[in-house]
Amino acid sequence: MRLYIRAMDALVIKKLCKSFDDVPVVKGVDFAIKEGEIFGLLGPNGAGKSTTINMIAGVVRLGSGSITAFGYDNQKDYRYTRRMLGVVHQEIVIDNFFTVNQALRMHAGYYGVKDDPAWRHLLVDRLGLKPHLNKVMLKLSGGLKRRFMIAKALIHRPRLLILDEPTAGVDVELRHGLWAFVREINQQGTTILLTTHYLEEAEQMCDRVGIMNHGELIALENTQALIRRLANRQLSLWLDNPLLVPPAGLEQYSPKLKEEGMLLLLHLPSGEGAGPVLRKLTESGMRIRDVETEQSGLEEIFIHLTGLEGG
Amino acid sequence: MSADSKYYPWLPFVTLLRKEILRFMRVSTQTLLTPIVTASLYLFVFGATLGDRLHVLPGFSYAQFVVPGLIIMGVINNTFANTSSSLFMSRYLGGIVDLLVTPVSPPQFIMAYTLAAMLRGLLVGTVVWLISTVFAALPWESPLLAVLMAVIASFLFAQFGLIAAIYAHNFDTLSMYSNFLILPLVYLGGVFYPISILPDPWGTFSYLNPLFYLIDGFRHAIIGVGDTSYLVAFGVSFGIATILFFWAAWLIGKGYRLRA
Repeated sequence: MRLYIRAMDALVIKKLCKSFDDVPVVKGVDFAIKEGEIFGLLGPNGAGKSTTINMIAGVVRLGSGSITAFGYDNQKDYRYTRRMLGVVHQEIVIDNFFTVNQALRMHAGYYGVKDDPAWRHLLVDRLGLKPHLNKVMLKLSGGLKRRFMIAKALIHRPRLLILDEPTAGVDVELRHGLWAFVREINQQGTTILLTTHYLEEAEQMCDRVGIMNHGELIALENTQALIRRLANRQLSLWLDNPLLVPPAGLEQYSPKLKEEGMLLLLHLPSGEGAGPVLRKLTESGMRIRDVETEQSGLEEIFIHLTGLEGG
Repeated sequence: MSADSKYYPWLPFVTLLRKEILRFMRVSTQTLLTPIVTASLYLFVFGATLGDRLHVLPGFSYAQFVVPGLIIMGVINNTFANTSSSLFMSRYLGGIVDLLVTPVSPPQFIMAYTLAAMLRGLLVGTVVWLISTVFAALPWESPLLAVLMAVIASFLFAQFGLIAAIYAHNFDTLSMYSNFLILPLVYLGGVFYPISILPDPWGTFSYLNPLFYLIDGFRHAIIGVGDTSYLVAFGVSFGIATILFFWAAWLIGKGYRLRA
């Protein structure tokens, strides 16, 4: 039975809960992903991200709540919703008995889709698997297995691609290549749900992010809006003459002196420019040789929100 | 990306069946050749060497008596080994998640694993029978009933293999099913002797062995003589197969130990 919720929602998650051995790991999570967006689900280890993703994919049974993909319930209409999803698991999952080519054809079949050689060749070509098509999985390197996992998840042309830590343990070059490919397929219309520990990548890739901690969703916002709202800027002032103590009247900027009094560090609250404080300092007779500003990114916000600072 | 590529509802089943068949064919030395060699050794020992000195059933050579038991033993062991090892390895190595995220339904899942295992078991049984023709000419009293019993036996042990693979915690537990359950039940179920020659209480106990009915029913259909009637042999075997099928279907439908 089709439920018309919102025309543009690829995924709607409502009051999702899950416990293992009576220990709650996902506690009433609600969020929706619009069709065509790249959504990042972030959080420290044990936050409940993978459990949430595994419930969406059907690997973990729902505790309570509901998951709707493209208007269909993922429990009642699982045969439809699973066809809409492609999943790249965190752990490398391969069948060592088969070659890359055989396994890809097989995966299309599992999804009830006949092999499309043109699409298969395009995937292996774009993911650099072409020279390895006839190798059995056992003989692939770790990086090639990761690439194969992505090809496998896309072989049935899903509308929503779920990437659970796809770049964990992958070298920089491959990471960049994978994200470029993900962007490309997103531009062709595939919705993306990803988790990653590389927050700089999430910042660059995701239209919106949800941050989970202790099984709860503690932030859900447009990535850039979240950074603008919660980011702090650090102002570094290199002085002509060293100071022994920070100047008076700057307490709200948490002033700190470094480099034997030659460097004054000030924290600018979100939304405040550097002009007023610079004017104030120059008017007081301070001679400033150079100025640097640095804005905190998603990583600092993530640490702040999840309380990871200080271990 | 195309939103909806054409969906063929039968394709997930056919693909999984094909994959399961390819799996055992790829390691055919282990899955086909080894059991055939083992059965051939039994045939040589009981057919060509000891056979002439043993007589357990009037009117039949020992080879004629023992061959049907060896055929059905090959069917049973290999059907069980196929579903149990394939599903357990998938669980153990994590490959099962590849199937759990697909639209393969529980009935498709069970039938694909079952049919592939039945094919392996029946293939081994057929080859054992072909080799046995060197040692014994079987009368084949009711060939259709014999084939039916082999099919029931293979179906039954395919279900048992699925159940064992789901409940097993590790390889040790899995091997316990075959070494400490199936093997003794097969050996004590009348493969090598008719249970009618056993003194009580062993003869009576043997009637509690479910494998006795499979072995006896199969042999009865081939040589025309059995320790129990067709009705009882087929009825008990079919009943156990049905119970195990519903048990396996319940476990797989629920995702017991497959989905967290």
